Formats: sequence, C-alpha cells, structure tokens
Amino acid sequence: MNFLDLIWLIPLFPLAGAAVQLAIGRRLPKSAISFISPGAVGISLLMSIGAVVQLAGLERRSHEVRLFEWLPLIKADMGFLLDPLSSVMILVVSGVGFIIHVYATGYMAHEHGPNHGGFYRFFGYMNLFVFFMLMLVLANNYALLFVGWEGVGLCSYLLIGFYFHKKSAGDAGNKAFIVNRIGDAGFILGMFMLFQLTGSLRFVDVNEVLRSGRFAVELGTFGALSLCALCLFIGATGKSAQIPLFVWLPDAMEGPTPVSALIHAATMVTAGVYMVARSNALYALTPETSHVVAAVGAATAILAASIGLVQNDIKRVLAYSTVSQLGYMFLAAGVGAYWVAIFHLYTHAFFKALLFLGAGSVIHALGGEQDMRKMGGIKDKVPVTFRTMFVASLAIAGIPGLAGFFSKDEILWQAWSSPLGSKALWMVGFATAAMTAFYMWRLMFMTFYGTPRMDEHTLHHVHESPKSMTVPLVILAAGSVVAGWIGMPKVFGENGFMQALEHWRAPVFAQGHAAAHEAASHAHHDTTMEWVLMGLSIGVALGGIFIAKALFFGGGNIELRTGGPLYPVLLNKWYVDEIYNFLFVKGLTINGGGAMARFDANVVDGGVNGTAWMTRMVSRISMWYDTWIVDGLVNLSAFTVRALSFPVRFFQTGYLQTYALVFVMGILAIFGYYWSR
Amino acid sequence: MPASFMPSAQELMRFAPEMLLTLAGTLIMLLEPFTESGNKSRLAWLALGALLAALGLTAVSAADPGPAFSNMLLIDEFGTFFRFLVLAVGVLTILISTHYLRSGGHESGEFYALLLFSIVGQCIMATANELIMLFIGLEVSSIASYVLAGYLRDDKRNNESALKYFLLGSFATAFLLYGIAWTYGITGTTDLSLIRSALLNPASRPNEVLTAAASAFLFVGLAFKVSAAPFQMWTPDVYQGAPAPVTAFFSAGPKAAAFAMFLRIVLTGFEPLKKEWEPLLWVSALATMIIGNFAALRQTNVKRLLAYSSISHAGYVLVALTTHSGPGAAAAMFYLAAYCFMNVGAFAIITHVARRDERYVEIADLAGLGTRQPLMAGLLTVFLLSLTGIPLTAGFFGKFYIFKVALDQGFIWLAILGLLNSALAAYYYLRVIVVMYMEPAPEGEGELPAPAAGVLAAAVGSAIATFFLGLFPSSLLDFADKARRIFN
Repeated sequence: MNFLDLIWLIPLFPLAGAAVQLAIGRRLPKSAISFISPGAVGISLLMSIGAVVQLAGLERRSHEVRLFEWLPLIKADMGFLLDPLSSVMILVVSGVGFIIHVYATGYMAHEHGPNHGGFYRFFGYMNLFVFFMLMLVLANNYALLFVGWEGVGLCSYLLIGFYFHKKSAGDAGNKAFIVNRIGDAGFILGMFMLFQLTGSLRFVDVNEVLRSGRFAVELGTFGALSLCALCLFIGATGKSAQIPLFVWLPDAMEGPTPVSALIHAATMVTAGVYMVARSNALYALTPETSHVVAAVGAATAILAASIGLVQNDIKRVLAYSTVSQLGYMFLAAGVGAYWVAIFHLYTHAFFKALLFLGAGSVIHALGGEQDMRKMGGIKDKVPVTFRTMFVASLAIAGIPGLAGFFSKDEILWQAWSSPLGSKALWMVGFATAAMTAFYMWRLMFMTFYGTPRMDEHTLHHVHESPKSMTVPLVILAAGSVVAGWIGMPKVFGENGFMQALEHWRAPVFAQGHAAAHEAASHAHHDTTMEWVLMGLSIGVALGGIFIAKALFFGGGNIELRTGGPLYPVLLNKWYVDEIYNFLFVKGLTINGGGAMARFDANVVDGGVNGTAWMTRMVSRISMWYDTWIVDGLVNLSAFTVRALSFPVRFFQTGYLQTYALVFVMGILAIFGYYWSR
Repeated sequence: MPASFMPSAQELMRFAPEMLLTLAGTLIMLLEPFTESGNKSRLAWLALGALLAALGLTAVSAADPGPAFSNMLLIDEFGTFFRFLVLAVGVLTILISTHYLRSGGHESGEFYALLLFSIVGQCIMATANELIMLFIGLEVSSIASYVLAGYLRDDKRNNESALKYFLLGSFATAFLLYGIAWTYGITGTTDLSLIRSALLNPASRPNEVLTAAASAFLFVGLAFKVSAAPFQMWTPDVYQGAPAPVTAFFSAGPKAAAFAMFLRIVLTGFEPLKKEWEPLLWVSALATMIIGNFAALRQTNVKRLLAYSSISHAGYVLVALTTHSGPGAAAAMFYLAAYCFMNVGAFAIITHVARRDERYVEIADLAGLGTRQPLMAGLLTVFLLSLTGIPLTAGFFGKFYIFKVALDQGFIWLAILGLLNSALAAYYYLRVIVVMYMEPAPEGEGELPAPAAGVLAAAVGSAIATFFLGLFPSSLLDFADKARRIFN
C-alpha cells in the first residue's frame, strides 16, 4: 500500500468522524461514539506511521501530493507535503491525539451536559480539531496552513466554551478568540507580504526563492523580509501564547481537561513553533527578527515560570508551565536551532499531555476539586496516576535519562553556543529551568504527599480512574521516558539515534541556517563547556526539587508565600490582564473621548457580546438541527428506504412464476432497447 | 483441423488439475459405501488433499502456458488466476462444511464429490476458449450446485432452494445456449478468437440485428449466473435456503468462475461489439448495485442480507466490466479475489453461529457476540469492514481500483453513483457490527459452543488474506495486470 500518495486521506478520517458525530451523534449510543471518535484518529495514526516509514525509505525525504488547484489567484493548491518536519508533527498529532481521545472516553463518560448533547458534540469537535490540525501540518502552502490555523482556533473556541452554561467558560472562549484574531491579522499580513516578495505561497517554492540568493541577509537592517518575518511571528505569538498575546491560554483551562491536554498543551499551541520552523529559510535571512523571536521566547519562558511558582489551581500551574515551555521552543528557534525547537515540541507533547491527563485524573478522583490547597495525601489511593505524574514531573524538571532533559539541555546549549545566542539568553533559560523544577515539584508535593486536606466526604470517595484513563497515562509515561533518547546530546558520543534525527530533519532545514551549521561544528571544539553546562542544569533541577521538598513536603506549610515581596505580583500574574484592560479597554474609552467610547461600546463590547451570543446561537442551532433535521432525516430515510425497497419486495414474492416473469420482462426490455435504437 | 485428435502429454499436463479432481471425486463416490458412518471425515481429508494437489498442479501447469485440445482450452495467466481462486474457495468450503455436516448427522461422501465436480466445472469455465467448452464447464458446475443446494433432503428450505435454482438456472442456460447458437450461425465458429476475427472482418461483417440478438441472449445467460439485475431474483431465495457452507461456496466459487467466463467473452470474442454491450452492462451494473444495496437495508436474516450484499458486489464488478478495458479486467479480478475471501470468511462465522439446523441466522442472534466470543466477533468485524470498503482491508482497494478505472475510462457518472452506493452499504454492514458489540446477548439462548477447528482455520485464513490484500495489494494486482494482457 503506497501510503505516501494517500497522505491526503490522513486528515479525512477525523473529518468523517466529526461529520458522522455532529450529524447524527444524538441518535447514536455513547458506546458507538466512544468507538468512532478514537477509531477515526487511530486510522489516521496507522496511515501516518505507514507514510513516515515509507518516507524514511526514500532517497530524498520529501513527498508532495497535489490534488488540484485551489486558489488560482495566489497559486495555492489543495496540496499536501510530507517531509521530516511534517512527519514529526503528524505523528505527534495523531499519536498523542489518539491516546487523549481514548482517555476522554473515560473522562467524559459521566458527561451529560445541557440537553444531554454534551457527549457527542464534545467528541465531534475533538475529531474536527484533529482534522484541522492535520491539515495545518500537512499543508504544502501557507494558505492551506492558514485554513487549518483558523480551524483549530475555531475548535479551540468551541471546546473551551464547552460548558457554555458556565459564564467563566464562555468568557474564556471569547478571550481566546479575540486575542487570537490579533495574532491572525499579523499572520495574514505576513503571508501576503511573503507572496509579494517571493511570488508563491508553496513552501517548496518559497524556500527555493529565498535560498536562491536573490535576497541578501538583512544583517543590521530591518527591511521588507524582516517585517514579513515579524508579522508571521506575531501570528505565532497569538497561537502559541507568547508575550504579548499569552493571556488567553491560562483562562482556556476552563475547558474540559482532555481539551487542555490535546489542544492547549500538545498540539494547537505548538502550531506557531511549527510555522516558524517551516519558515526557517525566511528567518535565516532576517537575523534581527530572529533576535526578537529569541528574546520574546526567553522572556515568556521566565515570566510564565515565575507566575507558575505561586498559583494554587493545579491546571493553572500546568497552563503557565506550557506557556513557559513554548517560550523555550521559540528561544531555540530564535537562535537558529529549529530542529531542537521541534525536538522539544515533540518531547513536551508527551510529558505535558501526561501532566494534564494526570491532573484530570486527580480532579476526577476528587470530584472536581482543582485547588491544590485542598488536596494532599492521595498518592496511595491513586497509585497509577501518582506514578505516571511522578515520571512526567521528573521529565519536565530535566532529570537525566528522561525526555525533557535531552531537549531542554540541547536548547540551553544552543542558546549558549549558537552565533545568534548569548550568555544572557542562556542565563534566562537556566533560571527558568530552576523555576520549572520548583513549581512542578511544589505541585507534586501539594497534590500527593502529606496529610489529606479535603473534607471527609471527598476523601472517602477518592478512587483510581478507570482503565480507559489510566492506560493512556501509562503509555504517555513510557513516552516521557524514551522519547528523548533519539536526541542524546553529542557529548555522549556519536549516538546513532541523534544522528538519525538530525539527518532526518536535515533536508527541511538544509542550508537553512548557516549559523546552525556553525554551531554544530562549534560544538565539537567545546565539549568541555557542554559538560559543564549540563552539570549545572542538572544541579539546578535537583536544587529546585529539593527546595520544593523542603518547603512543601508534608504539606504543613501550604499557605507559604514564596517569592517574598514579589508574591502579590506573581499571584496576580504581573498584572498583565489589568494592564491590558487599562490600556486597550478602559484606556481607550477614558482618553479617547466619545468616539472611542462609542467604538468600545459598539465594537469591543459588541465583539465580546457578539461572541457570547454566538456561543448561545451555536448551541441553539445545534439543538434545532438535532430536533428537526436529524430526527427528520432519520424518519425521512426510513420512509425512503421503505419506499425504494417496495418494488424490490413487491417482486420478491418467493413464487417461481414471478421470478420467471421478471426474467422475461428483462429480456423484453433488452430487445426493446435494441429495437428502438 | 489439427493433424491428430490424440492429445499430447503436454496438453494432458495442462489439464491435469481437472483430471485429478474428477478422479478424486469418483474415488470418493466409490469409497463412500465402504466407509463407516463415523469415518466419513476421511473422505473430507481426501477431498482436501485432492484440492491441494490440484493447486500444486495448477502452479505446475502455469509454468507451461498454452492451448490444449485443439484450442478448446487456453491455459493462460488469466485462467490460472481463476483456477487458483476457485480451488482456494473449495479448500475453505471443505473446512467450513465438515463440522456443520457432522453435527447434523449428514456427513457423507457425495457432498465432497459434488463439491469437487462443481469445482472441475469452474476450472473449465476459467480456462475455456470456446463457447461449447464454456457451456460444458458451466453445466458441470451448475448441475453439481443444484444438488448441493438441496443437499439436506429432509429440509424444506433446502428443497425450495434447489428447485428454484434448478428451474431458473435451466431457463437461463437455455438462453445462453441459444445465444451460442446464434453466434455460430453468424460467424460459423464457436472459437472465441475466430469469432473475434469474423466480427472484425469488414467483408463478412454480419447484420446488426443478428449480432444484437446474439449479444442479448448471451448477456441474459451470463447475467443470470453472476446474479446481475434484472436476473438476480433467484439469489436471495437460493442463498437463504441452501445450507450455510454451500451458500458460502455459491457466493464465491461459481460467481468468480462465471465472471471469468463473462470477462473472456466480453473482452475477446465479442470485443468488436463493444458498442452493443456497453449500454446493457452500464444499466445492469447500476441497477444491480442499487437493488442489492437498497434491498439489503431492510433484511433481518443474515444469510439473506449477505445474499443482497453479494448482488451489490456483482454490480461493482460489472462497473469494471463496463469499461471494456484491460485495466478494468485487472480491477475486476482483484475485486473478485478480495470478495471471495471476505465473503467466505463472513459465511464461515455465520455457519458457526447458526449451529445445528441453522436455528440462529437472524441478525438479532448475533447480539452480544462481541462479549461471548470476541475472536469470532472480531473476525466477522474484519470481513464486514472489508465488505464496506474500509482502508487497510482488501475491500477498500477492490473498490478503489474499480472506481479509478471507471473514472479513467470516462464513466464518471457510473463511478459517482457506485461510490454513493458503497457509502449506503456501510449502513447495513455496520448495523451488524453494532448489534454484535452493543446489544446484550439474548436471554435463555443455548450455549454457543467453541468454534470448530475447520471453521476457525477458514475464518483466520480468510482474514489473513483480507489484510494481506489490503496491505500489499500490488502483490496480487501485478499478477492480475499481467494476466489481463491477453485482452489487447
């Protein structure tokens, strides 16, 4: 079976799943949906594996399938590109996606939602999300990528606001939607500039033009290319929650936990990193923008980690942790180490998805409690959840041998050694690593150790989650251990896996960054330094864990306010939300006079109210659709079948004479045909 | 006229599989009275051994292709393909039947002998290059089949099935023979390659009325045998009434052989009359798909459901035939191979669930099979998914190639309508899966025994074939592609 020519089928299975569930899901039993939804993603996973295995066998590891011309005006095809970069992405999306779908069948089992509609809508939207995400990473041009980009945003919005009867959930959905619109505007601008500059939106063509030498490297200047790259990066900051557009992601945790794990940790939020890596030929020509990318990444990493230090909501800690890790990825991309950014994206998908799913399991066990101050002492009651989260926390903290160590260490090394890097960037990343270890282990100690702090009733009902939830946890835990091994640092010797990975990706980033190559050769001289830095980061990870243990082990000190004088600032997330509110919402009304006030009242509030209204409308439409269209169609189709099978049954009497009669009628019809010709 | 009527050793070797099976069948008949009633399964082993030996001889004769008996047979790759297929179906049928017959106390040598004779006829249909030979092959196969349909003499349903099959089958055969007579009258020959040159020769180009009549009669006979509309009426009744293993056999072996015959006639001898045949095939393909699928929607009996499903599958193969092209023939061959394995596999499970006297053949009887016997339910799911045409199974590629060829050859509407039909078919196949997994087992029903070894072997073998063809379709398609080169 030639999977390579069938890659366009990969996104279609989840689309078909979504179509079936959203169209007739209300009529299907839950068991059917629990089968269709993960099944559709599972088939995509199998086809992705098949395609990637076959791609590995090709001489030139790049395969493009162009179905038809889609937008002639901007020369965009309905086309799909499989190369090492998109290979990693489809495996992450369909693999982790499949595991999370299975988990969700257990997690959402008791979900009735309003009008009992929740279950099938949830899984329909989840499949739809996977479809758009696969379109995003398999697209062979920016325009089609943008379709996926907008689509995942839409699904994210629908899923965040899934509990639309909860006001905070609706608000969070709106916030994500509006903030992302700002980023999308940047993306569109960047995309059109790129088309003006290179005459194409097809990745292969764009890269060819950019690498042809027609454009000089904009070193020390800020020309059209740099502006274009910056616009694209603004798009990335929206989707991937970077400064200044990171504010939506923590609020997005209002959605159901599997959504947080799939969309807001493992896949959608990494779309920005993927897009920047995909545009590496552009960023190679624009070192000034690359500096911006690295600086924004580093700043986001440390800012989010610092907020994570003091949060008490278990999912919020993980949310800020995600923002911080995404910052790491941009830091790597900004210093030209795109393959390292993708490597971290890939390891992060495992351990962060695991942390969210584990947190979901804890919340599930505690009957919906998310405040870590009301947890504690449950490690023996939820042994699988505890052990798997233990592994993930070691992985994210950067303990050697686990996935996070290899990728994070590689980022820090690139930040130090790359020509685009600097000691300052390394320092920021290094400090972030310390904070990461601390807040993760603070979470572990507060949640699982010490004495229980929940009420008697809740404690009594603490139970391990069903198999459908724990098995995915175990699989992801295994992934959190082994996923990093393919990317061992070079100082451990010429490791076959590492070579494989780097060479695998090489065609995508070929001559992408002279700097990266220099860095690679540079590395050979400087193994001592790499050992030293690695030792330091291991030390700082262990240090973070021990400080957390000293402060929070046993749970006696749960109200402890870390951060000293900065505590209120951190707890209030550096007042970023308030500042934005003041500057962009209130500021405009007060200082901008009546016109601005009207603008605010009609446009901004209108937008906010509009989206809230939209959520309600979507649900109302879906109810109307279920009642009239679905039920109507079911009745209609039953009628049609009866009507159409009538002639068949009319003649299928069982009497031989009738059969012979029909036989003769058939012969007469054939002769009649020849006669009339 | 050939110099000598004595066949050479080379020719006999090319005919060896059929000779071996005939001898084995006769031997079984002779041994039958001397075999104790407890030892009848020895005869099954004998039949199985004969079929395996025939498979071996087919492989040997494939190494030396060529004509036999004054061009009446043509042992080419096309014939070899279908010989392999019908022999494999025979092996699977014997595996399914033994336990079924023994548990009902009906095991006897005639069953296996008739089965072998029927397969001999089908092998001749696959290799015949001459209309009389095709007719003889068809009759050898059909008459044995009529008896097999009524094999359980005391069962009313069996009697009904056999009688209907026999009467309507004879009716159809008469038309086929009449068509052959017309053809002989027009062209003065029954050899397919000579018919072709006679039809192509502008000097002797026959009257259009005569060729139309010949085409119509031949079409009626062939359409009946492959259960194409509007001559499909007998199929549900015969399939439902015959013993389940026999139905498995009917739905695969005779049908594949009839299609082999159909393909050879349409693409060699009557290729010059393409224009006359095309509208017949077009309309019949469409009607067959629609009737099969719509009627299947409302069935409650599994055997009847699969009967209608087999009608719709014949419709898909007719789509490939309509294209009158070499690639179409290759697609049809691949589809038939895929179809034989998945359909016989499905019937193997149905035979197992039906138990003695076929008391459990309603869809509702499959409820809870997913928990009662997960392996059996899993295998049936594989076959049903393949019949639906889900990727990674043989059925997907079968449909894929057929509709691709139809599109390539410009039959766009036929391809679209066919695709819509196959989407509709998903409904009734999935309904069975839903019942198996999502409905509780009925109360108070007799214990479902563990599957017999033969049934298990047949089902697992078919499932392996289904997956193999789904994962590595080119292995078979390359062969089919080579085989279809004879149609140029």
